[in-house]
Amino acid sequence: MTTRNRVPALGAEGWFTPDADSPALIGQRCTTCGTYAFPRADLGCPSPTCAGTEMVETELSRRGKVWSYTDARYQPPPPYVVPGDEHVPFAIAAVHLAEEGLVVMGQVVAGVGVGELTVGTEMAVVVDVLFSDDETDHLVWKWKPVTETSATVATQGATR
Amino acid sequence: MTDHEVAVLGVGMHPWGKWGRNFVEYGVAAARDALRDAGIAWSDVQFVSGADTMRNGYPGYVSGATFAQAMGWNGARVASSYAACASGVTAIEAARTRILAGLCDVALVVGADTTPKGFLAPNAGDRPTDPDWLRFRLVGATNPTYFALAARRRMDLYGATSEDFAKVKVKNAGNGVNNPNARYRKAVTVDDVLNSPVVADPLHLLEICATSDGGAALVLCSMEFASRHAGSAGSPVRVAGVSTVTPTYPNTIIDLPDMSTDSTAVVAAPGNTFKESIAASVYEEAGIGPEDLSLAEVYDLSTALELDWCEDMGLCKRGEAERLLNDGDLDLGGRIPVNPSGGLASFGEAVPAQAIAQVCEVTWQLRGQAAGRQVEGATVGVTANQGLFGHGSSVLLRR
Repeated sequence: MTTRNRVPALGAEGWFTPDADSPALIGQRCTTCGTYAFPRADLGCPSPTCAGTEMVETELSRRGKVWSYTDARYQPPPPYVVPGDEHVPFAIAAVHLAEEGLVVMGQVVAGVGVGELTVGTEMAVVVDVLFSDDETDHLVWKWKPVTETSATVATQGATR
Repeated sequence: MTDHEVAVLGVGMHPWGKWGRNFVEYGVAAARDALRDAGIAWSDVQFVSGADTMRNGYPGYVSGATFAQAMGWNGARVASSYAACASGVTAIEAARTRILAGLCDVALVVGADTTPKGFLAPNAGDRPTDPDWLRFRLVGATNPTYFALAARRRMDLYGATSEDFAKVKVKNAGNGVNNPNARYRKAVTVDDVLNSPVVADPLHLLEICATSDGGAALVLCSMEFASRHAGSAGSPVRVAGVSTVTPTYPNTIIDLPDMSTDSTAVVAAPGNTFKESIAASVYEEAGIGPEDLSLAEVYDLSTALELDWCEDMGLCKRGEAERLLNDGDLDLGGRIPVNPSGGLASFGEAVPAQAIAQVCEVTWQLRGQAAGRQVEGATVGVTANQGLFGHGSSVLLRR
């Protein structure tokens, strides 16, 4: 059996840790004022009152709470790539990360529908397949509800 | 602030639809309509301000010149503005400021679009540094995704229901029945809305605005020119305020096309959200508050977004828009009718024309010419909208 390539999806290179066992989004922090940015703010601190130009990479909180959520019942148009033969509706969540004061949107893992979500639901970040082609899995971050069984793993993963 | 006012001398529209013809045709029709309404000749126009379209090739990127050439070069100064859904108001602002600067007396503002079917999507080609490309590729986030995130928050925070949202569509469709420029002129029921397919939970197909072809135009002029031109015709409708503000950091509401917000870790969220700041700045500039309004035309890209806008524009407190709706306050004949034109629910969106069309409607309302959908005794009206990437868009008009 050949090993498949696992690479971040085009445009998401450097947006999350490559180690799928302990996934985290990678943002940036201003060395002058300490504010966060995700995705990267390579042109300097996004705060208008800060003159900082040095932003350093930082792993973001692995857990957050749902700010809002929806789903994609209809197939999104290109450049979205349908994984598999036909569109399967998926949920989308915008999750608030308390420490960073950021809301980050992402797909919710397959099999979790909007009926299992509410504003405030605790979510953990995972790295999952966005779509695959012949030899490569194109990876992206997704959100997954924190359940009793997944809580232990996620807590361990949150060690920084 | 009367020294900052300009007059709306003429308004015109090409009806909205899915006509499939060249957008220039709609723009020229609307422009000629507006010139006729103003009672001036094309040769009298000193400045042409076009609102651009991104989906019709090069002529769309230089729309001001495109419309000017189609009407016959008259030597006027020209500008072409793109600000997504706010393009129309950006073009209005270019004309207004040129008039207020004393650099011209008469300006023509034109926007028109021909739109493809289905979801609005980015142009073709891989652009992994473009947030508008990334949100489709990495998340599959369409425009309705964002409308639905806003709708779901109203439900979970304020107890809004799908029936509440459906009633917005019922109201706007009812208003649009009597608007000859609307694309959809058919009344709908709450059941019709709730029985249409869910596109992005909790929003149904009939709650999300379609994309349309259409064109709208305005003739704006200095107050001095208006009084000379109008003679005894009475006082014209005036533009008392325009808002084209950007957000203030940190912008904490996730919105098109971003996949994340700014951070509140170091700088606290501002007192006003972006949309609230659009309203605050137009009221401040006009010296007129929400309590003075006779009507509002707000951007109902979805049913729930109309309710958000009612609060953003200060018509009620946060979380109270459903009560206004259910009390009939937003209906024609109610305390503060919202979208008497029928709104995007009846028009569908013709991006560069839509914000101009909102001003056309308020102008007809303030003149008492909105037959079949007239807000009785209207004296003050406001429009509200927001363009992708952070373009505020609001115009306050008064008689």
